[in-house]
Amino acid sequence: MMLASTLGPTPYLVLGAVLFTVGAVGLLVRRNPLVMFMCIELMLNATNLTFVTFARQLDDVGGQVIVFFVLVVAAAEVVIGLGIIVGILRRRPGATADDLRLMKG
Amino acid sequence: MLAALAPVLAFARPAIDWHALAPEIILTATICIVLLVDVSTSERNRWATSSIAGIGMLAALIPILTLAVKGGPRIMFGGAYVVDDFALVLKALFLVAGYVTLLLSTNEIAEGDFWEGEYYLLVLSSVFGMTVMASARDLITIFIALEMLSIPAYLLAGWRKREVKGNEAGMKYYLMGVFATAVMLYGMSLIYGGTNSTVLAEIGRQIHGSFGKEPVAALGIVFVLVGFAFKVSAVPFHNWAPDTYEGAPIPITAFLSVASKAAGFVAILQLVFLAFLGRGDVIRPLMWILAALTMTVGNLIALRQTNIVRLFAYSSVAQAGFMLAPLAVVGSSASTTREVLQAVVGYLLIYTVVNLGAFAVIIAVGRKTKSGEISSFGGLFEYAPGLAVAMGAFLFALAGIPPLVGWFAKFQVFKALVSQGGASGITMAVVVGVNSVIALYYYANIARTMFMDAPPDGDRTPIRVPVPLLAAMGMAAAATLVVGFIPGVVAHLAEHATFALGG
Repeated sequence: MMLASTLGPTPYLVLGAVLFTVGAVGLLVRRNPLVMFMCIELMLNATNLTFVTFARQLDDVGGQVIVFFVLVVAAAEVVIGLGIIVGILRRRPGATADDLRLMKG
Repeated sequence: MLAALAPVLAFARPAIDWHALAPEIILTATICIVLLVDVSTSERNRWATSSIAGIGMLAALIPILTLAVKGGPRIMFGGAYVVDDFALVLKALFLVAGYVTLLLSTNEIAEGDFWEGEYYLLVLSSVFGMTVMASARDLITIFIALEMLSIPAYLLAGWRKREVKGNEAGMKYYLMGVFATAVMLYGMSLIYGGTNSTVLAEIGRQIHGSFGKEPVAALGIVFVLVGFAFKVSAVPFHNWAPDTYEGAPIPITAFLSVASKAAGFVAILQLVFLAFLGRGDVIRPLMWILAALTMTVGNLIALRQTNIVRLFAYSSVAQAGFMLAPLAVVGSSASTTREVLQAVVGYLLIYTVVNLGAFAVIIAVGRKTKSGEISSFGGLFEYAPGLAVAMGAFLFALAGIPPLVGWFAKFQVFKALVSQGGASGITMAVVVGVNSVIALYYYANIARTMFMDAPPDGDRTPIRVPVPLLAAMGMAAAATLVVGFIPGVVAHLAEHATFALGG
């Protein structure tokens, strides 16, 4: 809390923006479905950090509540995503996103 | 003890309007019943889940009718959840689209190598998310509704799990969908940081005020709208759509291309009209570019498709462009804004019905030919004249030829674009006109194959259409023909589908 009051919100917002960019670039560059998946989690957590920073700055509990919603939804998404990835890897071990190109045009 | 609990006990329960929530409550109850029936019956009796799901959706329409008769917006939870005329019209649309999807699915899912109970459970959950979306007037509610309707859809898209194509469909849809959600959330966090509110009405007030002038407001608006552009498969965010549509079971393709897309449009309309209208200078160019690209690219790629489902995937991308087009002039004047809302809602209603009908015919023909190629429709008129005529009607309705219903949708888009009178509106109207002609070419091409060509394998045995499919087709065909002659019905609905402001 001490740190927050001396530093102000800017570093946290910048960190959030950097994490979000890293995640977005990673998703577009990496080809392993699991890593792509982790990049999305990175983006969601960057969003969470931004929400919490704003909530602290505005002294409003609403922003922190949003983070709980995002966490719960992210957990549900992980379940679905891992299910789909397991389904693919069962049929084609070691599949990357580039292998998934049966359909084109 | 009680004294210690006093702060907790002092919590006042928010007023809950049970009548307004009745459609959602009925759907939730149906979801629970389907789940219980699924675990407690044997594999042979699983078809019951389909009937229960259908009855649940029709039952949820009853409170929507009573709410419409009673009238008046019902505002709950500090303006976060509003049941107004807009919400009622679109809830009814989602429930009808969901019910028709069930009709399309029944035989397909029962005869294929699929799990039945879970399938209907997920369709119901997705429709539930859509009905919530129609009432969501708050960033958190919109986010939750979006996930509620998307997460089951990811699973349904990958439902053919024993085929690599099915896996690919699920994976692509999932990755792109979650990516879009993250982008949208980041935009929401910026808007929340600037306005200290998540309720759309309050955000709207602040965007009209001083916050709207800051660059971060424009950034947040663009991020949120881009997130939803993925959902409605607008170019350049459309890459997932054709692959997902081809790999998913065809009833789910119909569901995604109609209901899921409509839900994305509902969210865009709510955000644009209630919250972001103060920055029309950001929204108009963004929507202009998105709409022009979406129509043109979608149509040009659709021209060279040989697979019917893929063709419909690109055609539905292009149709999304027609629906985005009126938003290119939104907010330039009060009367234009009203016409834009009418045009988009009217187009959504018409497109939903016609596209579902076309998919019903595709499923019926595919049951016999076991092929997705357009050439497999050759000679359809010889051995199944009813199907061929119905499909012809749906195709020309999608192309917008009078007297079928589609002309009215396009007419309203033109009216909204021209009423503004500015250069951007007129040029957009020209783009829409050119694209309508391109679209007519490939729709007419399918019709030519059906009526002129010989069957590719010489097989002329008639097609037996199962009753649920026939019902879906009949409903869609009746609506396509009747509403085409009396477009006042849709105009009336679209005109009344206005937002309750305030709250």
